[in-house]
Amino acid sequence: MNFWLDALIVLVILANLRVLGASRLDACIKTVAFQGALLGLLPVLAHLDSLNARLLFQAGISTFLKAAVFPWLLGKALREAGLQREVEPFVGFTTSLAAGVLFLGAALWIGVRLPLTDSKAAAALAPAALFTIFVGLFIMVSRRKALSQVLGYLILENGIYAFGMAFAEKQPLLVELGILLDVFMAVFVMGIAIYHISREFDHLDADRMSTLKD
Amino acid sequence: MEIGGPLTPAAIAHPHQLSALSIASSLQLPLALVCAPLLPGVINRVKAFFAGRTGQPVLQPYRDLLKLLQKGAVYSTTTTWVFRAGPVVSLSCAALALMLTPLNGLPALLAFPGDIVLFAYVLALGRFFTVAAALDTGSAFEGMGASREVWFSTLSEPALLLGLAALAKHAGKLSLTSIYNELDPAVLFVSGGPALILVAAAFAVVFLAENSRIPFDDPNTHLELTMIHEVMVLDHGGPDFGLIQYAAALKLWVLGALVTGILVPARSGRPLLDLFTGLLGMLLLAAATGVVESVMARLRLARVSQLLAAAAALSILALMLVSSA
Repeated sequence: MNFWLDALIVLVILANLRVLGASRLDACIKTVAFQGALLGLLPVLAHLDSLNARLLFQAGISTFLKAAVFPWLLGKALREAGLQREVEPFVGFTTSLAAGVLFLGAALWIGVRLPLTDSKAAAALAPAALFTIFVGLFIMVSRRKALSQVLGYLILENGIYAFGMAFAEKQPLLVELGILLDVFMAVFVMGIAIYHISREFDHLDADRMSTLKD
Repeated sequence: MEIGGPLTPAAIAHPHQLSALSIASSLQLPLALVCAPLLPGVINRVKAFFAGRTGQPVLQPYRDLLKLLQKGAVYSTTTTWVFRAGPVVSLSCAALALMLTPLNGLPALLAFPGDIVLFAYVLALGRFFTVAAALDTGSAFEGMGASREVWFSTLSEPALLLGLAALAKHAGKLSLTSIYNELDPAVLFVSGGPALILVAAAFAVVFLAENSRIPFDDPNTHLELTMIHEVMVLDHGGPDFGLIQYAAALKLWVLGALVTGILVPARSGRPLLDLFTGLLGMLLLAAATGVVESVMARLRLARVSQLLAAAAALSILALMLVSSA
């Protein structure tokens, strides 16, 4: 394990904490994009000694989607839906941060007990990946705006991507591209759905949507 | 209790270095006692530069201290001995903390396993007496300031203690001197380095919060509703106020030494040179504080607790990283 890999894992964890504590939606979008870019770099840093074109291609595609396309789509949805820029959480920011620290503890506790490959990078990455998954789930249930649910979904995907990285040293290219395509379609569709929901109901409050009858 | 800190094998092998080490570490305390009021002077000067003013002379805090010490003291009849004890106890606590603090890897005057706990609680004791003295006056404003001070220190104490715990775990030692002796600029850029940088960031937040610097409290404000530290000492005058200001300068030095001890890359192996670079590091930190104060606004009170909680989260993260490594 080298310094840069270590620093990258720490930055991924800090990005999670920032999303938990940030009150602005655009700050959250930027942080998730930053986290996506970091995770795109991860396979390159982890295999610095054995770089090949396939790895670079995979990292490039993933970074491009997560750091450029998704923030652009979400930012567009944010502008077109004319949202207020506050996150409006059900759980306060300080409480969210405290919950985040608890998640981190739980992730470390589980992470060191998982039967993973012997590499040291995997041992450090697994807790960070689990933490990212927990935070994604937490963001989905604890925020009021529908856009936050999309962000939670993206964080969750980041976590699963990192977990896959810890679990299998090299994922098959096809599987990885398939997952990225799925996520891309999901964000695309959710962006459109958010736009239409806000046109129909004048708000994007996921809490009030649950009271709708068909 | 080991006086003068642990001896490195190199120091024992070379007697002339041993003497240089002990000279440097015994010079460290007088250096801190003399130069501590320089730090607020530098901060003010940097802030003046950013505001386009000439600003007060760098040595102004010394003149203020001299002026205050020559004055007489006035005590309200509603106050008791607690009010008079406040400044004295807070100054002696700051001085004791200073004796435990190593500068730039040089051994502190006092060092024994477990002194990190004493360090944290000596600072807490000083704060307790400042708060008690503020409450003793019976003034509503001072009570408000005391309440805020206690609330913020409740949040910054976990950040400090957990950060110290992370450093202790990293070094495998329990005394400040030996912990900081293990730290080396080369250590920052290998595996485990990010954890140390996290601790330094958490300490920097604690440094600003505990010394009532800008994102938390504005040392220049004189509007009672927004003051925290300044409002608690409103009723102290003359020599008492001088003691409080000197104690504040010492506290600035002590907590600053914790930050620069991690971040300033200077361990030359020549103690006197290290002492000098240590002083330089402290002045740099003061200048950086001045920059922070010039470019940042004060945080809303509700955001302050979030920032301190985030600092505690950084310390916890560092502790987890260090113990899982």
